[in-house]
Amino acid sequence: MLEIRNLHAVVEGEELEILKGVNLTVNKGEIHAIMGPNGSGKSTLSKVVSGHPEYEVTEGTILFEGEDITEMDADERAHLGLFLAFQYPVEVPGITNKTLLREAYNTIARANEREELDPLEFEDYLVSKLEIIEMKDEFLNRSINTGFSGGEKKKNEIFQMAVLNPRLSFLDETDSGLDIDALKVVSDGVNKIASPENAIVMITHYQRLLNYIKPDFVHVMINGKIVKSGDISLAEELEANGYDQMQKELA
Amino acid sequence: MSEETKALESMIGEEYKYGFTTDVEYEDFPKGISEDIIRELSSRKEEPEWMLEFRLKSYRAWLEMEEPEWFNATYTKPDFENLLYYSAPKKRPSLDSLDDVDPNIRETYEKLGIPLEEQKMLAGVAVDAVFDSVSVFTSFKEKLAEAGVIFCSISEAIKEHPDLVKKYMGSVIPARDNFYAALNSAVFSDGSFCYIPKNTACPMELSTYFRINNMESGQFERTLIIAEEGASVSYLEGCTAPMYDENQLHAAVVELIALDHAEIKYSTIQNWYSGDENGKGGIYNFVTKRGICKGDHSKISWTQLETGSAVTLKYPSVILQGDHSIGEFYSVAVTTKKQQADTGTKMIHLGKNTRSTIISKGISAGESNNSYRGEVKIGKKATGSKNYSVCDSMLIGQSCGAHTFPYISSENASSSVEHEATTSRVGEEQIFYLMQRGISEQDAISMIINGFVKDVLKELPLEFAVEANKLLDIKLEGSVG
Repeated sequence: MLEIRNLHAVVEGEELEILKGVNLTVNKGEIHAIMGPNGSGKSTLSKVVSGHPEYEVTEGTILFEGEDITEMDADERAHLGLFLAFQYPVEVPGITNKTLLREAYNTIARANEREELDPLEFEDYLVSKLEIIEMKDEFLNRSINTGFSGGEKKKNEIFQMAVLNPRLSFLDETDSGLDIDALKVVSDGVNKIASPENAIVMITHYQRLLNYIKPDFVHVMINGKIVKSGDISLAEELEANGYDQMQKELA
Repeated sequence: MSEETKALESMIGEEYKYGFTTDVEYEDFPKGISEDIIRELSSRKEEPEWMLEFRLKSYRAWLEMEEPEWFNATYTKPDFENLLYYSAPKKRPSLDSLDDVDPNIRETYEKLGIPLEEQKMLAGVAVDAVFDSVSVFTSFKEKLAEAGVIFCSISEAIKEHPDLVKKYMGSVIPARDNFYAALNSAVFSDGSFCYIPKNTACPMELSTYFRINNMESGQFERTLIIAEEGASVSYLEGCTAPMYDENQLHAAVVELIALDHAEIKYSTIQNWYSGDENGKGGIYNFVTKRGICKGDHSKISWTQLETGSAVTLKYPSVILQGDHSIGEFYSVAVTTKKQQADTGTKMIHLGKNTRSTIISKGISAGESNNSYRGEVKIGKKATGSKNYSVCDSMLIGQSCGAHTFPYISSENASSSVEHEATTSRVGEEQIFYLMQRGISEQDAISMIINGFVKDVLKELPLEFAVEANKLLDIKLEGSVG
């Protein structure tokens, strides 16, 4: 589903490379985890894949379902079924969560020549998804992320994921800032959404999240590159020995 | 792209396309201001003695006043000696139909392609088109006459309805009120006069267009709207102007009077030339607008979308004299590039159980500066009065400014005053967030802005509201990032 080949990227207008040749393949039905120390470029990878204007790809390609999306606008990538659960979801005043989701859902449906939902139909659809993430419906009428606690913002990201039903989701440090209870709720939500038809890539520092959402593959990213891949035991090894140790071993 | 959008885009876009002037012969009139010039002006307009006296008194008051400097804006002061205080197209028709309008002037209006005007013509909205300093065209007089509504130019009203004009002109905004009101009272050229008789709902929305055409012409419009007991009227003001190197001054005075159980709704879409990339050449919009809820249970609403002018200073206000009267102010003020706005309102509560609502939305982008200045005053006798104010600012990009100067004073303990204010920024992160959810960049900006201003735009008459949304989209295109 996703093929990243030798991806190099810089901050727009700068020369310092943040991604230095990333290679990654993700297939349908798989759950991947990308772990790495601070500054490794993990979050940047998810932003570059989703088309953040702050970054520029200097080499390599990103193929999504066989299509080259390297230069595509962010909204077009979303139409293809790409979703990013932000690490720091922003507040967008003046637009309610409900309106955002309806506009997003219908825009994506339109782009894929699927049926759009009218406000009433959409309302029903939304409400049916609320229980996935244990959100109260009063959230729907609040401005996007306005007045949300950190944990609520993260839950909102997963809720949006449930509603938009993307093919491929990048979860950028979704576990950061969550207490155990919130983590359980968020993880349950992700597990309910995960299916043989979609794929999920989790970006995280800590092994803890992987106790709740079991990955099929674990990758270690250090200094702008994926340096090692394996299964869950790789995560356990990292937990035990740390990134430094792994880096030394690889050198 | 719809016809409307095309028209709006050409009206407003990056390059202000209306860099033309109409070749209409102007009557020979000296520049500058003096008692002699005022006498000449009054005589050319064939005004009665009392009107000349009004002007001269105002002029003398103006001479004693000083130009105010407390605004949060910097600009080159107007050179009063070098303005032309009177300009009228040479052919002065008495018009029954469009065919009688000077063809050059008509071409001007066609070039402007103002969709509103066309629509109004077709839909039956009366249009009183003020071309520079003299009313050129008044339409639909008969239909209004049937209802007993008087809608004509001020010049005409001075002659045909002197009692009404004498009674009410200057009653809400006396010449001494402020520097620009005094100037206007001395040299006002023309404007709209509107009178709605008792228990009459004006059968159509009233509207005015005017255009500053002559270089260095000060435009001093004077509008007077009177709603008798139980009367109601909705008035729309919208205008456009061409490109110049010299800044142009617009110092209008608008007075509204509402008697018992009367209601006046005054809506404005203002989109004048705001200057080039460096802020040069735009219009100075220094307006005094005030309404008095003279009667009990009366209501005055000011609704505005201000997007043009290089510098805007205006504070549409309401004096709530009658008991149970209501004052409302709904405003969206947009500044982009190098525009400056210091705008707001005053709600003066004098009567008992009076209510006022202020919803002000400021949007600044580019390197502009947008200030809200509001005063809520509750007088000693204004028992049981309430005010609710919301003042929100949105900043787009990194170089603009937004300021709020609220003044609240209450001399009555049984009243309540609520003031809420928020500031938010729209930047690349918000736009990207929406784009990642599948929404295009254009739609994202549009959604954010429209969400921000919807509480105000919903108060605009429907036809204005649609234009308003599009105007906002176009004004703010390309302002993020």
